[in-house]
Amino acid sequence: MNLPVLKAADFASDQDVRWCPGCGDYSILAQMKKVLPDLGVPREKIVFISGIGCSSRFPYYMNTYGMHSIHGRAPTFATGLKSTRPDLMVWVITGDGDALSIGGNHFIHCLRRNLDINIILFNNRIYGLTKGQYSPTSVEGQITKSTPMGAIDHPLSPLSVALAAEATFVARSIDAHVKHLGDTLQAAAAHKGTSLVEVYQNCNVFNDGAMAYAQEKKQRVENVVELEHGKPLIFGENSDKAIRLMGNHLEVVNTADVPADDLLIHDAHDPNPAIQMMLARMRYPEMPEPIGVLRQVEGVATYNDQINEQVTAAKAARGEGDLDKLFRSGDTWDVA
Amino acid sequence: MIETTAKKIQSVTGITVRLCGDSGDGMQLLGTQLTNTSALAGNDVATFPDFPAEIRAPRGTRAGVSGFQVQFASEEIFTPGDVLDALVVMNAAAFVTNIGDLRKGGILIVNEDGFNDKEFKLAKMESNPLDAEVLMQQYRVVKVNMTKMTRDAVAEHGLSTKIADRCKNFFAMGLVYWLFGRSLEPTLRFIDAKFGKKPDVAAANIAALRAGWAFGETTEEFGESYQVEAAQLVPGTYRNIMGNQALAWGLIAASKLSNKDLFYGTYPITPASDILHELTKYKNYGVRTFQAEDEIAAICATIGAAFGGTMGVTASSGPGIALKGEAMGLAVMLELPMIIINVQRGGPSTGLPTKTEQSDLLQVMFGRNGEAPMPVLAPRSPGDCFDMAVEAWRIATECMCPVMLLSDGYIANGSEPWKIPTVSEMPKIQCSHPEGRNGDEPFLPYARDENLARPWAIPGTPDLMHRVGGLEKEDGTGNVSYDPDNHQHMCETRAAKVARIADRIPEQDVFGDTKGDVLVVSWGGTYGSCHTAVDRCRKAGHSVSHAHIRYLNPLPRNIGDLLRSFRTVLVPELNSGQLRMLLRAEYLVDCIGINKIKGKPFTVTELVEEISHHATVLRQSKAG
Repeated sequence: MNLPVLKAADFASDQDVRWCPGCGDYSILAQMKKVLPDLGVPREKIVFISGIGCSSRFPYYMNTYGMHSIHGRAPTFATGLKSTRPDLMVWVITGDGDALSIGGNHFIHCLRRNLDINIILFNNRIYGLTKGQYSPTSVEGQITKSTPMGAIDHPLSPLSVALAAEATFVARSIDAHVKHLGDTLQAAAAHKGTSLVEVYQNCNVFNDGAMAYAQEKKQRVENVVELEHGKPLIFGENSDKAIRLMGNHLEVVNTADVPADDLLIHDAHDPNPAIQMMLARMRYPEMPEPIGVLRQVEGVATYNDQINEQVTAAKAARGEGDLDKLFRSGDTWDVA
Repeated sequence: MIETTAKKIQSVTGITVRLCGDSGDGMQLLGTQLTNTSALAGNDVATFPDFPAEIRAPRGTRAGVSGFQVQFASEEIFTPGDVLDALVVMNAAAFVTNIGDLRKGGILIVNEDGFNDKEFKLAKMESNPLDAEVLMQQYRVVKVNMTKMTRDAVAEHGLSTKIADRCKNFFAMGLVYWLFGRSLEPTLRFIDAKFGKKPDVAAANIAALRAGWAFGETTEEFGESYQVEAAQLVPGTYRNIMGNQALAWGLIAASKLSNKDLFYGTYPITPASDILHELTKYKNYGVRTFQAEDEIAAICATIGAAFGGTMGVTASSGPGIALKGEAMGLAVMLELPMIIINVQRGGPSTGLPTKTEQSDLLQVMFGRNGEAPMPVLAPRSPGDCFDMAVEAWRIATECMCPVMLLSDGYIANGSEPWKIPTVSEMPKIQCSHPEGRNGDEPFLPYARDENLARPWAIPGTPDLMHRVGGLEKEDGTGNVSYDPDNHQHMCETRAAKVARIADRIPEQDVFGDTKGDVLVVSWGGTYGSCHTAVDRCRKAGHSVSHAHIRYLNPLPRNIGDLLRSFRTVLVPELNSGQLRMLLRAEYLVDCIGINKIKGKPFTVTELVEEISHHATVLRQSKAG
């Protein structure tokens, strides 16, 4: 079959994009449009589902099928759709408030069911669409419209939550790190099971520069470590720093000071999430923050496969249902 | 095997029996068996299971009493009966909570082993009520040491006392079967199917059942037994069916008639859960059930399935419907077909989970933000749940909109004989999906047909890519629109779409004359009591008619004329007047409510009293 060759522009809808100028969302949209043509999936087979928030306007800008649903619930719509239409490629677009506050419940359950979809979580650590209240990922002490004396909640890490739910694909990337973002989206799309990608995304209106340590190229090399499966965690401008596992904690070492064999080798495929959880807990400024694929475990059954396999198995065991037979099963009587 | 009896047999037209005991005593099982056996004997039957919300409330307490009432008759009946001809009580608590409903002269069968100081204390009773002289004068009391006799009967099967005591409901069953001339055969078949893998338990239950029968046959306490002849029902093949089961089967039938697989997204809640338990058995019919993490996930998954072109259904009860409110609004906005079922229970809040009520009518009519009209259908009896489920899906697909199906705990758990339909003779439900565009014309996901329905274009279809969502849609294109005139137009269109359904549903039918003194207007599970009460009033010479509404939104097109054709309109409801409010608002016709909010259905007697009072006043005013 000759599929038409699609370009990024083919995935643009006719709607004007209405994010604030300079918003990190533009970069994610651009990378998505760039990645999709390479996946070999026709546009009509792709569905974007979002909740509510700035990021959730995303589906309107994609020339695919889409649903802009209600706050926090995008994974649940995806569950109904993917369970009944496993032939579709489903992307969920969500934000830190949408996925972790109002939608925290659905987020966990989608991950533990391992529905074969991709969740892209735009984390800007602030509520944008409601104009600047703190979010579940805002740092402690953050001054916002709703926290004039500083936020007192302890922030939630989406990666930790995902690992606790034993998600099969957990990754992080950064809006400004476009090459890395594209590669990560591609890896998420290739994974069978729920893929979670947290994307650090700058809200230049309400929380500008909150993640500059990871977004600006110069700072990034010192504050971010790029994970690669099977490789040591090396970072720093001169690749002079690395991560070592000491007892039950991780520490930063100088590569010059320790033998290469002592360095932690990243194992994304380890079904035991213990060390991956340690990576997820690495926080700036005490530690560099990991980006890339923290966890990728293949071979775990997906919810959509299993719900459909049960139907197939039931038909094989009992034959196609016959309603007339069902209605007349058990005790019946005739009235003449 | 044919059971025979040497005693006299008295023929009666109908019997109302209530069986009650502790939650763990197996009363629901006993009631279900008596119902099925009576239905198989050709009687018309109507049932009313009544059990506590607690799974096992402290044994022996009043809170733990579980009851099952059944009326079986040789004529058509519509209710499980008001007053009891016979009452079986397994312990003191069951006695004290139920004796008030036994008619004077009725039969009281007592498990005397459930009447001792320990039981009296648990039931908070001062003394043994069986000692009261007045009891013997008012009722025909038969005391049986059921626990002891059951132990004796099953002794040879070597069961523990605990297991042996569990057989005592079968002893009671045997005795009741003898008393009312029921065959043991269906229950023997049931025991074989249910306990076949535990032969000792099966044998013990059979022994207990036969011992109960033999006791009736030999005891001098009973001089005679009773016989209820078969009822004259419409010819056909029948089975006994419960409301929730009929609803589940109706959904599967609708899915077959429309050639669509069924996706059922739900979260467990009383009294709706049995629909899930039933549906999940039928995966080979293309049924996919999803037990979601919460009520919201349940409906949202259903909407997701509907977006993909599947028949989506979700169900709950009032508290869950409250949680689904926002998503229902989205379903209205998306204009996708689906069914939302509310099996009502007593409210507000957690309310009375196992008791019936009709207090969610205004909730399902208006319980959403914004102008979000939705068709509302209400089955009137257990068997009618089947027909209304099919009807709900027909309307949903014709109009491309979510449809609310409003059942209640009374019909959900009640049962009646159901004339089995032949599926191939039922009209098909047409639903189709557009397959492509007209040349270069842009695809308009919100273009409309004569029913104002938009096309059900599903993902996977080339060239029809479009985005839906909860922001207001521009007419035609479906693009986000903040245009004021468009918003008004869309609100009016969504309302008109629902209103126009009135042109295609049947006119309201009337039992009795189409004009006169009193019109009784009812809806939902009160059908049986209202119909029977009106029938009695008419036979007593009153000018009374009955209109039972199954389509609550939109209402049938002739309702207004009908209301204006009577001098008085009475609206009996198990709420404080919700349909009455709608009728007054819509038609400016005054209506008088008969309202009961006790978690119990209407008795025929109380309705007859109210209706005949109004009818008498009107007749006298005419005469004067």
